[in-house]
Amino acid sequence: MNKSLSRRLIFFLSFGYAFLYIPIFILVIYSFNESRLVTVWGGFSTKWYGELLKDQGILDAAWMSVRIAFFTAWAATFLGTVAGFVMARFGRFRFHSGFASTITAPLVMPEVITGLSLLLLFVSMERVLGWPEGRGMLTIWLSHVTFATAFVAVIVSSRLREMDISIEEAAMDLGAPPLKVFFVITIPIIIPALISGWLLSFTLSMDDLVITSFVAGPSSTTLPMKVFSSVRMGVSPKINAVATFIVMFATVIVVGSSIFAIRQDKKKYREMQAAIQENLGQ
Amino acid sequence: MIKRLKSLQPSGRAIVIAIPFTWMILFFLIPFALVFKISFAELQLAIPPFTDLTRYVDEALFIKLNLGNYLFLLQDPLYTSAYLSSVKFALVSTFLCLLIGYPMAYAIAKSNPNIRNILLMLIVLPSWTEFLIRIYAWIGILKNNGLLNNFLIWLGLIKEPLMILNTNTAVYIGIVYGYLPFMILPLYTNLVKHDDTLLEAAYDLGCPPWKSFLTITLPLSFAGVIAGCMLVFIPAVGEFVIPDLLGGSDTLMIGKVLWQEFFNNRDWPVASAVAIIMLLILALPLAVFHHYQAEETL
Repeated sequence: MNKSLSRRLIFFLSFGYAFLYIPIFILVIYSFNESRLVTVWGGFSTKWYGELLKDQGILDAAWMSVRIAFFTAWAATFLGTVAGFVMARFGRFRFHSGFASTITAPLVMPEVITGLSLLLLFVSMERVLGWPEGRGMLTIWLSHVTFATAFVAVIVSSRLREMDISIEEAAMDLGAPPLKVFFVITIPIIIPALISGWLLSFTLSMDDLVITSFVAGPSSTTLPMKVFSSVRMGVSPKINAVATFIVMFATVIVVGSSIFAIRQDKKKYREMQAAIQENLGQ
Repeated sequence: MIKRLKSLQPSGRAIVIAIPFTWMILFFLIPFALVFKISFAELQLAIPPFTDLTRYVDEALFIKLNLGNYLFLLQDPLYTSAYLSSVKFALVSTFLCLLIGYPMAYAIAKSNPNIRNILLMLIVLPSWTEFLIRIYAWIGILKNNGLLNNFLIWLGLIKEPLMILNTNTAVYIGIVYGYLPFMILPLYTNLVKHDDTLLEAAYDLGCPPWKSFLTITLPLSFAGVIAGCMLVFIPAVGEFVIPDLLGGSDTLMIGKVLWQEFFNNRDWPVASAVAIIMLLILALPLAVFHHYQAEETL
């Protein structure tokens, strides 16, 4: 087999990446457009960013989204890590397949269904238990944690399946209690997965429109809800400016965590090489 | 490890399982039961806007099930055609995603390991950018006086702008664009694990590349194909944002119908019945997804 890619595959890759990225680039470029018309270039300007910073409605919505996303990320990382650990390490227990299906179903469930069902839950709970009172940040947070947990569980369990189980077994054989093994051995090894799970939960929560619209109250407008209502009114360069911030944010996170993951891999490789050298030397 | 965990006192193990399980049962499974229940209720002008199914009359419990919502959905051709066209939109888009995604995933899996991580990162990056924003980007491109039409007129290929935005074509473009990363990632995860020596052996024995692809690579990647297709098909059936922003008045998708029943008509019982029938349609794909997901993870 030749190691270099065939020309046809390279063509296909370039076509695919162009398809994925051209719309995003256009979005960013037109946020610097002087003209109010999104499609006609009227010269370079940063005035829409100025307008954006003056728009108290958008800023409040963004602040609301950031707060919800922050608390979602912590809760989903905790629940998702426990769930991922159960899926990867607990073998077969009585409700094993039911457990895995329930945890991961939110990955694919159409959002309109999840949103409607959560709203009906909150309404019924309020009637029966008197809690949660009304709808707002709390109900949005509960809903976001539910779907973000599914993503974290998948990331953590696939990382755990790749990981060498013998290290944990060795610690157990030497008499370490399971909880200690988990915190001293397992967690440090899967920490990159936990970090990317946290960041993904944060982003998912920041981005969600459909589920949030169902469970939000009148006083809790998140950034995607704000963006959606203005997009429905028509395109505006101000929304392009918001989009540019979101694209930059996603780029920093994804590129940053990729660099981190590659470094971790290289470090692991060097340590393994060193260990082999040491053993050979003896 | 597994044995040691089993020898743990059952309580410790049970608590660890119970923490995430309780959360998901409370916030994911019970809500579905409520949707099912309220799909049998009647609309009423109150808060919340539906009737109780149970009623105490003379110290006896009466349960009143109202099948009216379901009859209404089955009789009105609007709903049946919305279900059918959603499934069609999702099927065609899934196929297009596979057509574009498979060669891309294959090329990434076969590329030099040094650049593989960067190529993969470039696939993941769009999926971390807000979905709504990425769909919004297409409005400016596809509009009548948008960039695509201006470009085609400038090239001299067309004289009059093409009407693309607010048509079904725009919805297809949107779904393929939005869900492509979810097709590529499981395919890549599968393809990168393939053992190249199989292909080398076939090559040495004189098998042409296209034949070794069809008889070796494609069958081995079956689980990845299924996982990718389900990750696109299932959410695409219930898609709301794409038909709402890019579709036209004749674009019928059930996710949008549910949204309108809920937010515009405030008819919670009918919205619930719409959701239950959608779940019935998705039951088989969901079962397939869970079956293959045991082997294939994201």
